[in-house]
Amino acid sequence: PYKVVGLEIHAQISSNSKLFSGSQVQFAAPPNSLVSFFDASLPGTLPVLNRRCVEAAVMTGLALNCSINKKSLFDRKHYFYADLPAGYQITQQRVPIAVNGSLSYSLCIDNKMSQMVTKTVRIKQIQLEQDSGKSLHDDVRSQTLVDLNRAGVGLMEVVMEPDMCCGEEAAAAVRELQLILQTLGSSQAVMAEGQLRVDANVSVHHPGEPYGVRTEVKNINSIRFLAKAVDYEIERQIEELESGGTILNETRAFDSKLGCTVPMRDKEGKQDYRFMPEPNLPPLILYNARSLPANMNHQQVVNIDWIHERLPDLPSVKRAKLVEQYGILPEHSFTLLNEAGLTEFFEDVIKQTQMKPKKVIGWILNDLLSYLKQHSLTVKESPVSSFLLADLLNRLEKKEISSTAAKQVFAELWKGEGKTPLEIVKEKKLQLIQDQEDLERICQAVMAIKSGNRKVLNKLIGLVQRETQGRSNPVLVKQLLEKKLSE
Amino acid sequence: QRCLSLIKSTKFLNAYITVAEETALKQAEESEKRYKRGQPLGVLDGIPIAVKDNFNTAGIETTCASNMLKGYISPYNATVVQKLLDQGAVLLGKTNLDEFAMGSGSTDGVFGPVRNPWSYSRQYKEKSVPKSHSEDKDSNWVITGGSSGGSAAAVSSFTCFAALGSDTGGSTRNPAAHCGVVGLKPTYGLISRHGLIPLVNSMDVPGILTRCVDDAAVVLGSLAGHDPKDSTTIQDNFKPFELSDLTDVSKLSIGIPKEYHAPGLSSEILALWSKAADLFKNAGAKVIEVSLPHTRYSIVCYHVLCTAEVASNMARFDGLEYGHRSDMNKSTESMYAATRREGFNDVVRGRILSGNYFLLKQNYENYFIKAQKVRRLIANDFVKVFGSGVDILLTPTTLSDAIPYMEFIKEDNRTRSAQDDILTQAANMAGLPAINVPTALSERGLPVGLQFIGRSFQEKQLLTVAKWFEKQVKFPMIQLDEHNGNLKQISKP
Repeated sequence: PYKVVGLEIHAQISSNSKLFSGSQVQFAAPPNSLVSFFDASLPGTLPVLNRRCVEAAVMTGLALNCSINKKSLFDRKHYFYADLPAGYQITQQRVPIAVNGSLSYSLCIDNKMSQMVTKTVRIKQIQLEQDSGKSLHDDVRSQTLVDLNRAGVGLMEVVMEPDMCCGEEAAAAVRELQLILQTLGSSQAVMAEGQLRVDANVSVHHPGEPYGVRTEVKNINSIRFLAKAVDYEIERQIEELESGGTILNETRAFDSKLGCTVPMRDKEGKQDYRFMPEPNLPPLILYNARSLPANMNHQQVVNIDWIHERLPDLPSVKRAKLVEQYGILPEHSFTLLNEAGLTEFFEDVIKQTQMKPKKVIGWILNDLLSYLKQHSLTVKESPVSSFLLADLLNRLEKKEISSTAAKQVFAELWKGEGKTPLEIVKEKKLQLIQDQEDLERICQAVMAIKSGNRKVLNKLIGLVQRETQGRSNPVLVKQLLEKKLSE
Repeated sequence: QRCLSLIKSTKFLNAYITVAEETALKQAEESEKRYKRGQPLGVLDGIPIAVKDNFNTAGIETTCASNMLKGYISPYNATVVQKLLDQGAVLLGKTNLDEFAMGSGSTDGVFGPVRNPWSYSRQYKEKSVPKSHSEDKDSNWVITGGSSGGSAAAVSSFTCFAALGSDTGGSTRNPAAHCGVVGLKPTYGLISRHGLIPLVNSMDVPGILTRCVDDAAVVLGSLAGHDPKDSTTIQDNFKPFELSDLTDVSKLSIGIPKEYHAPGLSSEILALWSKAADLFKNAGAKVIEVSLPHTRYSIVCYHVLCTAEVASNMARFDGLEYGHRSDMNKSTESMYAATRREGFNDVVRGRILSGNYFLLKQNYENYFIKAQKVRRLIANDFVKVFGSGVDILLTPTTLSDAIPYMEFIKEDNRTRSAQDDILTQAANMAGLPAINVPTALSERGLPVGLQFIGRSFQEKQLLTVAKWFEKQVKFPMIQLDEHNGNLKQISKP
């Protein structure tokens, strides 16, 4: 059967103030401390559009290859709920700010990072809308507590067409969107802080037949859970249909503990939102260089071209540049970008070392990253700085130590006791013997022994003792040396 | 102080819901000090004014004459209120209205109806014939019109020198006509609506009620201009103006829209309208008959759009954040339902239900969208007429003079509104400025006014013509017996 997955993603706009009012946007502030008169829906208050939110939406639209609508409209979507003070949400139902875009993302085939395939999902539209407040149900005291801090915060709703076919694809698409938003700065897109919320629309059908009934899956709190929820729902629908049942057009919640979806109260089917144009906001007009009137105050307008010129490199471009510039593999570039701060760390090390990037990347991805993961640390929290790592790698390059020794030094550095690589090398006597004279003497000694000179054997035993800091068994060493020398 | 005592002695008019005696006296004191220093804030410094109770006033109750907001003290001032206070005006109190400004009589608020001061005028009493001897001499009083009846009555009875009303379908001009005062509806987008509790966001404007046209121009000058808090105000710079005395009207073209000869128009008013047209003609102006063919659709169109917006605007009244909250607490939904049933009167609830009906998905196209299209047609009628060289339109404001309250309440609010809004409503549809100028007394001794409608943002021209007309007709002053002493002092212009 064909599996059809679409996504509705709400990204909180990263801005100082809310979409239509001047109150601050801040996570985890004391309840109801960031609520303006307008947010509380006091009678007589009016919405005033926040310019930064418009710019964020335009940036995001451009990054997703959308057409930016030069004229878009605001509407009221009506329903009664404790976290919606005005009894309606201001959104863009008729004409949103951006339409018809696309997002490319990559997947590993069979979990092998070396085989990546690129997929595309169409972006139906991006619309600006208000976030609601939060309501907490206290069943014990039979009351509902309402916190309006979040009411009115700007959201971009990004609608992805049902071009995906499984949890992995959905997760990869959202991950890439998350990276894009973070690169643009239009949203911090941290799911754990509610800045990125994903609802999935899932249906299945047989090839050649019309699309099946779809369900909406909500309450997905991480990208990992997104993949799980989508895959579970697909399985559930297939099982249901194969056993002769039907799929209801309903909303289901993902239960992360049980790993399954359960029916939610059916809101969607029966609700008529009585959409109406928002009469207090004139149409949103955007300009480009061509349509910009000459005498218009530049503070008053949003210029699409101006924003386009200033877009930062998107993740896909960044990755390509990394591959080209440093000769690393494409899958390396994915890992670099996937971890916050890792690319910067990598590049910092490159700057400070003579070691080739192709070798440095191994240290970054295999050593540094695995240590970080083991200890659940972010790059920022790494006890080993780029300076220290670069120093270590330089010594390795200069053959001051062997690569085995280098790993030992790294482990030591990780303890974060403030020692430099040099100090550790000295302490642990890990330095490679480089001195020409020393080595000549040893070689001569070996040759002498080969030619029968027994005294040199003692010298060799002495060297081994020194090397092992006196911990080697002299009898055993003599035996070993004799054996080796006779080979 | 005289105004305050006059308010007390005219309490039976029920024009005021709240009298802010303490703060008013304080403001007056501050004003006096400024005058003594020779530093008045402006022309309005020290002038007592009243504000319709659907404007937010910080620290002073704002009720909209509804149970829903009884006891509601807003934390902020409406922009227009703030502007008046910044000019040093003295806020005497909040005036009575139809609940949430829905009505054309100022009879449907929870604080009771407003009585037209002219009911107690010598002019009316002389002309009125008592129906029976046992009749209470008080039962014959006439309505103020609405919904800004309290403001109109306040100005008319000399308790204040100017008042703010609101105008959505005629709510400033209608009571102005019935109470014999000047009522100005400015162009939509000229004056900020921030803080005006909305009825129909796309048609509401703050209205100005004064005793003469010059005063209206002064108040307009202090209120107009862009407000960043109201995204529907225009950005252009507004320059307050003084009205010149028009001497030559020969360059003026006055349009007489034939559709405003509406069914039910009293012969008295028809005659007055005609007389006014002749006045202009004889003075050399060009007076021509014009047509606004879609006028007759404006009432139904208004009903659809108005109720739809009302349904939306009233959705915020749920008792959660402010206002009345029912004791019902079984569930959030039941609390909402009970709060709204207890807080709103029939008129409001009726409009909410109608509005929600029109906004349903299956009805939206046939009602709301259709009405928007008809609205465009109505607005275009005006564009065409003004585009053909007409400067100002001259029409009646009301179909008749003020009728007695006992007669008015025989029909329901909706019927009355449909009847009374017919001549004023279209200007709101088109967003145009319009003004009622008191013209003459009717046979019953009650005021009759005529309306001038002007081009968008051409208030200066509109008021100039209105002022000329005012001078010509010399509308008589109300003669209120009860308070002769006070009256003579205050009524001096």
